[in-house]
Amino acid sequence: MSTSRDWPLFEVFIRARGGLDHKHVGSVHAVDARMAMEHARDLYTRRQEGVSIWVVRSSEIIASDPSDADAFFEPARDKVYRHPTFYDIPDEVKTL
Amino acid sequence: MDSEALERRFQARIDADERIEPKDWMPDSYRRTLIRQMAQHAHSEIVGMLPEGNWITRAPTLKRKAILMAKVQDEGGHGAYLYGATETLGVTRDALIEELLAGAAKYSSIFNYPTPTWADIGAIGWLVDGAAIMNQIPLCRCSFGPYARAMVRICKEESFHQRQGYDIMLQLSRGTDAQRRMAQEALDRWWWPSLMMFGPPDADSKHSAQSMRWKIKRFSNDELRERFIEFTVPQAQYLGLTVPQGEIDWSEFRDVLDGHGPCNRERLAARRRAHEQGLWVRDAATAYASRQAARKMQAAS
Ligand SMILES: [Fe+2]
Ligand SMILES: [Fe+2]
Repeated sequence: MSTSRDWPLFEVFIRARGGLDHKHVGSVHAVDARMAMEHARDLYTRRQEGVSIWVVRSSEIIASDPSDADAFFEPARDKVYRHPTFYDIPDEVKTL
Repeated sequence: MDSEALERRFQARIDADERIEPKDWMPDSYRRTLIRQMAQHAHSEIVGMLPEGNWITRAPTLKRKAILMAKVQDEGGHGAYLYGATETLGVTRDALIEELLAGAAKYSSIFNYPTPTWADIGAIGWLVDGAAIMNQIPLCRCSFGPYARAMVRICKEESFHQRQGYDIMLQLSRGTDAQRRMAQEALDRWWWPSLMMFGPPDADSKHSAQSMRWKIKRFSNDELRERFIEFTVPQAQYLGLTVPQGEIDWSEFRDVLDGHGPCNRERLAARRRAHEQGLWVRDAATAYASRQAARKMQAAS
């Protein structure tokens, strides 16, 4: 049987153009980081979709727990005063 | 929360057009349906490389050869996107591919037809990729996030596939009598199988209602098929070709799905051969990576 089973999974992030953030685009299987980088290039930038690639082992990503999302994000919920629209500024006051 | 309440909340999220992400709670049946559909879709992309791959070495010009290679590479890429998206549901790509190679998985019946002439490559791009686009555009809004995102990426690439196919047909239809005949015969061969790509008639489609409720599916098989015909007939007229008249032979569809199409055995055999012949490459890569890792460890100690 093939020993290629269970090649680790890497998540791929691409910067589409200078000035933009790297954005998650998908994943690739690879034996190591270098192969992950080459696979990511071949798979996700066949039409010049990027100028920079990040790959990171999927197992290294620490994610928030969706079943816990309500409680986890709760602290921000009652703080509407953090938004500029919370404040009524008279029409006469300009450029504020 | 009990499972009924979870299920209600899940359906409410879907009804509100929210996207479901891999770590979110989902009913087992939703997960199983998606794994089945997405794996079949991934297999179809990979097996779909074979009928066209058959013509890469015999493409009539260097330009056509480069285009066809790029197209077939895209299909391999589509397979990779889709296997990746399926893996987010907790299955491994290895297991899915093993199922395919064991003959235990389904893929689109269309890829079990042969490509005897160069015009078949034109007809595939125009009709088969055209039908695939019709099926795939609504999937870009599918309720499962990773599937929807993979489809957005795929749909961006499909338009090139359809156009390069039509371009082949256009050139043949402006050629000699023999070339025009070749184009017509390819249309005759691919017309009915392309219409079958939308699946059985709505009345016989067993998974449709649930998939619609889950927003995995947004239009019925017959709706999409009708729209495809509406778009395609004028394109055939422009080529000066005649669209075959008659009815879809659903017994042929079932036969091909059951493994009795003209190329079912050949397709699986080719996939297995490719998998076996790639083994030494995969093994070498694994061996190289573990040696590099060991060397790094040594240098660090
Ligand atoms: Fe494709
Ligand atoms: Fe395609």
